[in-house]
Amino acid sequence: MTNLEKYNQAFIDTFAISNDQLENLAYQSIEAWDSVGHMSLIAALEEAFDIMFETDDIIDFSSYQHGKEIIKKYDVEL
Amino acid sequence: MMSNYNIFNGLEKFGDSIALETETEKISYTQLNNLATKFFNEHKIFERALVFLVCKNSVQSIVNYFACLKNNAVPVLINANINHDLLERLKDLYKPNFIVRENEVTALNLNHHAINQDTAILLTTSGSTGSPKFVKQSYKNIFANTKSICEYLKISPNDKAITTMPMSYTYGLSILQTHLFSGACVFVTEKNFFSRDFWNIMREKKISTFGAVPYTYEMLDKLRFFKMDLPDLKYVTQAGGHLNADLQKKFAEGFKAQGKNFIVMYGAAEATARMSYVPAEFSTSKIGSIGVAIPGGKFELVDDDGKIIAQPETAGELVYYGDNVTLGYAENYNDLAKPDENHGRLLTGDIAKFDAEGFFYIQGRKKRFLKIFGNRINLAELEEILRNNNFECACAGVDDHLKIYTTNSDENVTNEIKSLAEKTTHLNHSAFEVKFIKTFPRNEAGKILYSELN
Repeated sequence: MTNLEKYNQAFIDTFAISNDQLENLAYQSIEAWDSVGHMSLIAALEEAFDIMFETDDIIDFSSYQHGKEIIKKYDVEL
Repeated sequence: MMSNYNIFNGLEKFGDSIALETETEKISYTQLNNLATKFFNEHKIFERALVFLVCKNSVQSIVNYFACLKNNAVPVLINANINHDLLERLKDLYKPNFIVRENEVTALNLNHHAINQDTAILLTTSGSTGSPKFVKQSYKNIFANTKSICEYLKISPNDKAITTMPMSYTYGLSILQTHLFSGACVFVTEKNFFSRDFWNIMREKKISTFGAVPYTYEMLDKLRFFKMDLPDLKYVTQAGGHLNADLQKKFAEGFKAQGKNFIVMYGAAEATARMSYVPAEFSTSKIGSIGVAIPGGKFELVDDDGKIIAQPETAGELVYYGDNVTLGYAENYNDLAKPDENHGRLLTGDIAKFDAEGFFYIQGRKKRFLKIFGNRINLAELEEILRNNNFECACAGVDDHLKIYTTNSDENVTNEIKSLAEKTTHLNHSAFEVKFIKTFPRNEAGKILYSELN
């Protein structure tokens, strides 16, 4: 699996959504991405890439797109 | 009228002190009182009216609640995220006189309901299985519990709490009530731990306390809470279910190292809010304990024959005695006239033991309940709802992770079950796991053996 696939899969598994929903996905844009969902997503990403997010990055992780920028900081090439 | 027990009577004495604060405004006790009086009169709400308060964490919702309670109308607190069908069902069952959503007041009928004169408010049992059941809390219940909590937490007029839970939830409501009763300030926000604004408010507005439930402690842990610099935070409380021992230890030690207090508490809507607490000085030495009964309350353990257990380390059902034991449940409008059914004694349904120093520990539950994200879910009730939709299921699992077993392996069916569970409980789908099982394990009498499911 490529890193991008891993990244996508974390969203798909956490929120029970399909690939075509990813593009415009943002915090609270769907019911599943509420604060509980956010915690699960962060945990899924940390596990998938074996990283530990900083507090600020967890808070800033506001959308599928913006998350790509954040995850790059942890030396993950998408 | 039991007005001598009304916690909102006489709060004008706090005058210009700030009662409520938001990012844009400050409301003094005098203003709160005036706003409430204006609201009550303007909308012609009357004494003993039954008022559905659809509320969120806003100044207006608090004003509406304050107005109803203080003027002896009977508010029913309903979370703003309630689904439409359930709200309609509640309207049919309870025939409220008014429905209030923020500034919007709808008068439905002007009938004078026969509501027991001691009943002050109606609150959900914190279960969200779509059950129309409410707990009836009296003026005296609220007064006794509020006073007791203020005493053991030593809430002072200088304290400033921040809302972290819905006010329609017993724990959230008790934080609001105890601070107003003490002349302290409540910062009102809908923001949560995952919002940058929330943490800016914590620092800039010098918040001194907040409360959280087990799953929000997991969030705090994920957010590396102890790396944050929050110099004005004095103490934090925990309730709403059992916090796992690792996290409890982590937070107890973390707070201690920073010279802040961490107070684990135990309660239920049926006991107004709180029944016990672990005094801060025992936070690290009594991990896993729910502590000792609150001032004015008393615990007892009874065995299967109803005999009182006197020996430490012996399990029995936990019974609580106190003025905060509520009047009983209501399932419809007719139940509102009923007198007190509990007489100050509450069978908690929890199995507990106490240690040699008199600290209590929950061992399990007599009935099948799980706490999911702070909400109490009755597994039998959920099974019934699923069954009514033609899904034969057995529910089990642990707190925050509910497993629904089905004998149907069709993936469409399992998806339907999951989405139905999500809809009826209004909880994030991550709490549910639908598992296929060939046959349900049953005993000779045909009863499902839940212990073998987990």
